[in-house]
Amino acid sequence: MRTFSNISFWLLLMVVSAVALLPILADSPTMRENLFLILMLVTLASSLNIIMGYTGYVSFGHIVFFGLGGYFAFYLMQFHSMHVLLAALIGGVGASVFAFLLGIPVLRLRGAYFALATIGVNEAMRAFMNNFDLFGGALGMFFNFSVYDVYGGAKSAAQLAYYAMVVVALATIAASFLIKKSKFGLGLLAIREDQDAAQVLGIDPARTKLFAFTISAFFPALAGALFFFKNGIIEPGIAFDLQRSVEGLVMVMLGGYGTVTGPIVGALVFDRLRSALITAPPITIGALTVDLSNFHLVVAGILLLVVVLFVTAGVIGWLRQRFPRVRRYLE
Amino acid sequence: MIFDTQDISLHFGGLLALDRVNFSINAGEIFGLIGPNGAGKTTLFNVINGVYAPQNGRVRFRDADITGLPSHQISKRGIARTHQIVRPLNELTVRENVSVGACFGRENKSLEDSEKIADEVLEFVGLTSKSDMLASKLNVAQKKRLELARALAARPILLLLDEVLAGLNPNEVSGMLDVIRKIRERGTTVLMIEHLMHAVMNVSDRVMVLDYGAKIAEGTPAEISNHPRVIEAYLGDPQVAKEFLERAE
Repeated sequence: MRTFSNISFWLLLMVVSAVALLPILADSPTMRENLFLILMLVTLASSLNIIMGYTGYVSFGHIVFFGLGGYFAFYLMQFHSMHVLLAALIGGVGASVFAFLLGIPVLRLRGAYFALATIGVNEAMRAFMNNFDLFGGALGMFFNFSVYDVYGGAKSAAQLAYYAMVVVALATIAASFLIKKSKFGLGLLAIREDQDAAQVLGIDPARTKLFAFTISAFFPALAGALFFFKNGIIEPGIAFDLQRSVEGLVMVMLGGYGTVTGPIVGALVFDRLRSALITAPPITIGALTVDLSNFHLVVAGILLLVVVLFVTAGVIGWLRQRFPRVRRYLE
Repeated sequence: MIFDTQDISLHFGGLLALDRVNFSINAGEIFGLIGPNGAGKTTLFNVINGVYAPQNGRVRFRDADITGLPSHQISKRGIARTHQIVRPLNELTVRENVSVGACFGRENKSLEDSEKIADEVLEFVGLTSKSDMLASKLNVAQKKRLELARALAARPILLLLDEVLAGLNPNEVSGMLDVIRKIRERGTTVLMIEHLMHAVMNVSDRVMVLDYGAKIAEGTPAEISNHPRVIEAYLGDPQVAKEFLERAE
């Protein structure tokens, strides 16, 4: 495997690991919580990039896998006292199986029709969970605090969740890189560019896409399991929030779809922007007071517009086009 | 005989696109396929490589029935094609485009081997200097060569060429004809659609003529160019055509 002798592969993993170590070295729970969220977004954006950036299938339903993984794992932890790591893995496999079954019909659609169908899947899943009593229906499920006892209390449980999220994010990035540099990845890129031509060249589009979709569902499910484990509560509105899917699209486009580093950069920039705007004091213009705490959606919308209109390749894509020399270090 | 069809028919609604087409190709041949616009030449290609399934008839390749197989399986069996309207994978480099052909074609190569094959093939068609460019940046003549390179990288047994000469200047045409002859010398059988009559007559061993979806003639280039039905298909009624030509003189 040439990937393992690739400079940019190790560079990327090292930078992410180093950043992930910061809150532990600084012993700062606040920083840790911030980074937990960032790494979660990195996982979501990177995995979305596999189906959207590599394969060309724009999905508004990516958060379904996040929610589904969360629900599966939460149920197992709450009612079967399962360890979070095992529950997360089972949640991941469950989401992948769901993606596989869903992909068989849905991936036949192309372009806007696929995108519309994924919105439908998200809404249907939320409506289903609202009425599914085994998983708590509209009220959702919440932990007794005793669930955390196995891990030595809520504090060390949060720590464990963080370490696990670091591993999940690194695994997602590594998978994203390996796929991009593999024969399978070349097949995905060919499908993105021209599915019919790809098929004439010998690629089985149905199988290849289904495989990509199944993989891309695994990682957000792990992230969902860890997020809701730490959260202690899960409900349909949070688990299947269409807005999060849209945010994921913005991150991928902003950083550069189809690149490995792009979604990571996109997630980081987006998260910093949001937290800056949430904590910003209200602005008073004359008699008008503008509260900026929900303003990040406005900014996200404008950013998406700017990227789509002027820099379709995104930040990393643009850098790679503009400076061919950085390609070696920046995949 | 490496390839043959039996009574292939295909209609789109009420339009009969192919009407009981029978023909066969021998190993190592260059077989020309000509006919006026809309005669069904490209449709025949689409049936051969699995884009359309014929409503009637059989396609056989190397003693196996391949009728109605999906294109990717036909590619694996050793039939590669180029498109009349080029279909480059725009955001991939030229080398990557050709690697796709080698990776997923008949020999199902690994990515490493595919890149080596891609470099060889690019050298063969004369695109080596463009290897690292995005395919979208090539001009039309180069894109035609890329189509050809991608098909060749699959190491096909039968190569379908759909108007690879169209839109090329006379210099480029003779260059491309050399390439086609060399492909045959390497042992690949070629079935080519072509509008440039002098080129196809020059390079083909045998030629088949389609008109309104039906085969109207088949034979050596010399036989074809004097065939009354062929002249009729291209120029209308031979008697009228003759008079017209005489009057013009």
